[in-house]
Amino acid sequence: MPKIGVFVCHCGSNIAGTVDVEKVAAAARTIPGVVVACDYRYMCSEAGQETITKAIREYGLDGVVVCSCSPRMHEATFRRAAEREGLNPYMVEIANIREQCSWIHKNREEATEKAIVLMRAAVAKVKRDTPLTAGRSGVTRRALVIGGGIAGLSTALDVANAGYEVDIVEKEPTIGGKMAQLDKTFPTLDCSACILTPKMVEAAQNENINLYTYSEVEKVSGYVGNFTVTIRKKARFVREDRCTGCGACMEKCPSRKAKNEFNCGLNTRSAIYIPFAQAIPNVAVIDAQHCLKLQTGKCGVCEKVCAAGAIDYTQQDELIQREYGAIVAATGFQPIRPYQFGEYGYGRYPDVITSLELERLMNAAGPTDGELRCPSDGRKPKNIVFIQCVGSRGQTCRDKSYCSKICCMYTAKHAMLIRDHWPDMDVHVFYIDVRTPGKNFDEFYRRAAEEYQVDYRKGQVGKIYEEDGHLMVQGSDLLEDRQVLMPADLVVLAVAVEPSPDARKLATMLTASMDNNDFFTEAHPKLRPVESPTAGIFLSGMCQGPKDIPETVSQAGAAAAKVIGLLSKKELTANPCTAHPEEVRCNGCGECEKVCPYGAISYEEKELRVMGRREKRRVAVVNTALCQGCGACTVACPSGVMDLQGFSNRQILAEVDAICR
Amino acid sequence: MKQYSYFPGCTLKEKARELDLYARQCAEKLGFSLQELPQWQCCGAVYPMASDEIAPKLSAVRALEKARQQGQDLITVCAACHHVIKRVNDDMKQGGDIADRANRYLGFDTPYEGQTKVVHYLEVLRDEIGFDAIRARVEKPLTGEKIGAYYGCMLLRPSGVMQFDDPESPSVLENLLAALGADPVEFPMRNECCGGYRVVDDAQAAGHTARRVIENALKNGVEELVTACPLCRYNLKKVAGGQIRVSYFTEVLARALGLLKEGGINA
Amino acid sequence: MTVTEKEVSRQILQLSGANANLCIRCGRCTAACPVAGQMDQKPHRFASLLLHGQADTLLRSNSIWLCLSCMACSERCPRGVDPARLVEGVRQYAVRPRGMAHFSPDQVPDVVDDEMPQQALMAALRKYRK
Repeated sequence: MPKIGVFVCHCGSNIAGTVDVEKVAAAARTIPGVVVACDYRYMCSEAGQETITKAIREYGLDGVVVCSCSPRMHEATFRRAAEREGLNPYMVEIANIREQCSWIHKNREEATEKAIVLMRAAVAKVKRDTPLTAGRSGVTRRALVIGGGIAGLSTALDVANAGYEVDIVEKEPTIGGKMAQLDKTFPTLDCSACILTPKMVEAAQNENINLYTYSEVEKVSGYVGNFTVTIRKKARFVREDRCTGCGACMEKCPSRKAKNEFNCGLNTRSAIYIPFAQAIPNVAVIDAQHCLKLQTGKCGVCEKVCAAGAIDYTQQDELIQREYGAIVAATGFQPIRPYQFGEYGYGRYPDVITSLELERLMNAAGPTDGELRCPSDGRKPKNIVFIQCVGSRGQTCRDKSYCSKICCMYTAKHAMLIRDHWPDMDVHVFYIDVRTPGKNFDEFYRRAAEEYQVDYRKGQVGKIYEEDGHLMVQGSDLLEDRQVLMPADLVVLAVAVEPSPDARKLATMLTASMDNNDFFTEAHPKLRPVESPTAGIFLSGMCQGPKDIPETVSQAGAAAAKVIGLLSKKELTANPCTAHPEEVRCNGCGECEKVCPYGAISYEEKELRVMGRREKRRVAVVNTALCQGCGACTVACPSGVMDLQGFSNRQILAEVDAICR
Repeated sequence: MKQYSYFPGCTLKEKARELDLYARQCAEKLGFSLQELPQWQCCGAVYPMASDEIAPKLSAVRALEKARQQGQDLITVCAACHHVIKRVNDDMKQGGDIADRANRYLGFDTPYEGQTKVVHYLEVLRDEIGFDAIRARVEKPLTGEKIGAYYGCMLLRPSGVMQFDDPESPSVLENLLAALGADPVEFPMRNECCGGYRVVDDAQAAGHTARRVIENALKNGVEELVTACPLCRYNLKKVAGGQIRVSYFTEVLARALGLLKEGGINA
Repeated sequence: MTVTEKEVSRQILQLSGANANLCIRCGRCTAACPVAGQMDQKPHRFASLLLHGQADTLLRSNSIWLCLSCMACSERCPRGVDPARLVEGVRQYAVRPRGMAHFSPDQVPDVVDDEMPQQALMAALRKYRK
C-alpha cells in the first residue's frame, strides 16, 4: 500500500477560524495508508514546506495531500517542494478547504465535517496517482502580431528590439490603425500623427519586423511555440516593389466617388488611392469595387500615368504560410455607427456626427483642412452639443453593457480644442457621469469646464429634430431639475466602442475565448491580463477591452514581455495532464473531436490487435502539445475510452466514492 | 383569399366608422378579408401596466382565444386595440403570474399561451400584400398630395413588444402613401404623443401637446395627416382647425383605390 | 395602523412591476417626455424617490395626472427601467382607495362632445379611477 502524508494548513485564521484543523489531521490518521498527518499555521511558508519535505524523507512517502487554499494558488509551490525531495510532482494533491470550505461556511462543525470529506477524497485520488513526466517541444523564434494599430506596433517593436523576428498582419492597406485618424491626444494634446508616425516608420525600418499590409489571417494550426499560419495577401493591383507613392495615379483616376474611409466617409476618394499622406507602406491600392478598369474593362488611366510601371490589373490574392512561436491579437476596435438611436437622427441629419468624424473635421489633413464646418452646408457652427454614453452602459438591445472608457476624456479634449480655436463657438456636454481616472485626467476635464467654460450638463438627450433650419436638442438638466430645449448647429455623439468585427472569426481560428461582447478574454483578469487562456496567444490593446492610448501601450509592452519570455525558451514543458484514448476500444466516432476546444484531436487509421485479430481501424489521436487537459473529450466519449492523465476516470470515481462513504 | 379574425373595437362601431368600413372594403379589394369575431368586448383602451391587474386584460385574452379556435391571425385596425391586445398577448406568451391567473379564471380547455398571432392592418399591407401590389390596384393616385404620416405612440412603443416598425424612424405609413401616389412628408413629431386620454381630464393641456405635433407638421409642409388611432385623430383635429385635414389611413387608402363614398359614409 | 411612507414606496415599487434599481440617473426619461415641462416631479425622480421611500412627494405631484403613458421614456431608457410603469404604480396607488378617483363618471357630460371617441372616456376611466 502506498504511504501517504496529509498536511493541513491553518492559513492563519482563514481556514482555522472555521475549520477544526486538528480534527482534520486526526481523521486523516485513521485512513489506511496515511502514515503521517499534521497541521501547521502556514503550510506555504518555508517552515511549512520543510514539514512536508522532512516527512517525505523520514516516512518515505509515495504521495502527499495538502489541505489548503485553491490549487490555483499554491499547487505549484507544493509540487516543487516534493520534487526537491525526489518525489514526482504529480504525486501531490491539493484539497481546497479554504475557497471551497472555510470561506463559504459559517458553522464550524459542518465546515470541519466538509473539510474532512474533501481531505478523504484527495487521499483516495492520490493513492491512484501515477508519476507523470512533462513532454518537451521546440519553439519557433518568431512572433505574429495581428493588427497594425498602436497596440500591434508597440508590441511588435518591443519584441523586435529584444532581437526576435516579428510579422505584422494588417487588414488595411496601411499600418497606423485608429490612432492615425485622431487629431490630438489627451491629456497632453500632442498631435496624434506626430507621435504615431515615428512608430510607424520605426516598424517599417526595423530589420526584425516584416509587414503584411492589406492582408488577413486565413488559417491557424499548431500549438504554443509551433504555430503554422496562412496569411492572405489581398491583391492591391499595384506592385509594392515598384510603386513610389508619387500619387500621379490618384490625381488622374476618373472614378472619384468612393467614400474615403480614412475621413469616415465625410468626403470621397479616387478608386486608386493611398489612405493618407504618411501611410506605410506608401504604396497605392486599387479599390476593385470602384475601379472602372476592373469593373468594366474600360479605362486603364492609372497604368498609363504610372512612370514606375507598378500597376498590375491581373494581380491575384497570394497565400503565404509562415511558422510562429507566439501570436498576439491586436485587432483593435471600431466606434459603433449609432443608426439604432433614431431619436438622435444620425444618418438622417448630416450635422449629427460621431466623435471620430469630428476628429477628421478638426484635422488639418481632413476634409475641411481643419476648419470646423457643418457637414450639411459647410457653415461654421455656433452651438455644438456633445452627448455622452451613446450606446454605452445600457441594458437594452441597442446598447453595450460596458463603459467605453475613453469618451469622457476625448469629449473634454474636443470641447477644449473647439473653445480654444474658435472662442465664439458655444459647447455643451450632456453627461451621465464624467469618469476621469488616470494621471492628469481629472485636471484635464476640469480645465475644459473652468478655463474654457465648456457647459457641462448632468443629463441626457431624448430627441433631436430639425426645425426652422437648425437642429433642436431636447434634453434634461437633472441638477436644474428641468427639461431643456436648445438649438444646435452640430451634435457630436460620443458613441460606444466595440471590438473589430473580424475578431470573432480570428478568435475561432486561434481557439482563444471571448466574452459576450466579443472582447478577447484574458487567462486571469488580474494575474494574467495579457495572455489568452490558450497557450501562446497574447492580447494587446482594445481587442481585450476598452482602453486609451497610454493603457494600450502599457498592455502592448506587457504582451511583448510575455512573448519575449516564451520565445527566449529553448524548449517548452508541456502539461502532462493530457487526454489519451484507449485505442483498442476506440471506434473513431468523432464525438471527442467535435467538443475539443483546442483542435487537439484528429483521427488516424491504425492497425490494432483486437481480440487476437489484427485489424485496421480509425482511432482518435491526441496531440499532447495542443491538449490543455480540459476533459471535455473524456465526458463526450460514448464508449468511455478517452481518459485524462492525472484525472483519470477511476481517480475521479474514487474521489466520489470517498465523498459518499 | 386569406381570412383574418377581426377585432374592430368600440370606437370603430361608433365614432370611427370610416376607419372600420374602409378597412373592410379595401381588404376585399386587396385580396384578404376581415371576419369580425362573433363576440368581442371592449379592449379597455389602455394597457393595464400595474403588476396585479388581471381583470382588465381578460377581454383581450378572450378575443385571442377565439382567434386561436378559428385558427386565424387576429387583425386590428385601431391603434389602441392593437396595442392592448398585442401586449396582453405578450403577457400570455411570457407565462408568469398574470398568464397563470388569467388562464385559471377563464378555464379554457387548453390554457392560452399566446399562440395567436396579432397583426395590425398596416402590417398585413406591408408584409402580406406588399406595397407593389397595392400600387398596381390604385385607381385614383394621390399625386402631389403632401401627406404626413402620424404614428403616435401606441403602434410603436414599447418596440420590444409591439415589433411594429423602427420606433424612432418608422416607415410603413410613408411607404404606403408613396404606393398610393402621394408625396409622404416625414416630420419629426410623427411619433410623439397627441395628448391622448388627457383630453378628458384637461382638454387645454392635451391641446398643448397636440399643437406641438400640428405646428411641426405645418412647418414641414404637411397638408393632410393620416393616423390609425381615433383618439389621435380627435386630438389633432381639435387643434388643427382648418389648417390641416386629419384622416384615417383607411380613408386615403380607399380614396386611392377608388372606393371612397362621395359625401361621407352616411351619404 | 398607519402605513409608513417607506412601506408605501415599497408597495408602489412592487405594484409597478418595474425594477427601479436598474436606474443610473441618466435623465433620458425626462429628456424624452413630451410633458416633462409641466410636471412638478420630473420622470427621472420617480425611481430615486421610490427607492428612498419618499412616495408622498410623488403621490401629491401633478405628474401622475399629466403622464400620457406614451412610453417615450420607457422606449428610450437605456437601462430598461420602464419609467412609465413607475408612474403607473404611483397613479394606481393614488386612485385605488375609495373616494380617491381623479375623474368620475359624473363629469362625463361636461367633457364629452359629439366627436369624442369612446376610447378617450374608457381610457380616462381606467387611468384616473379604480
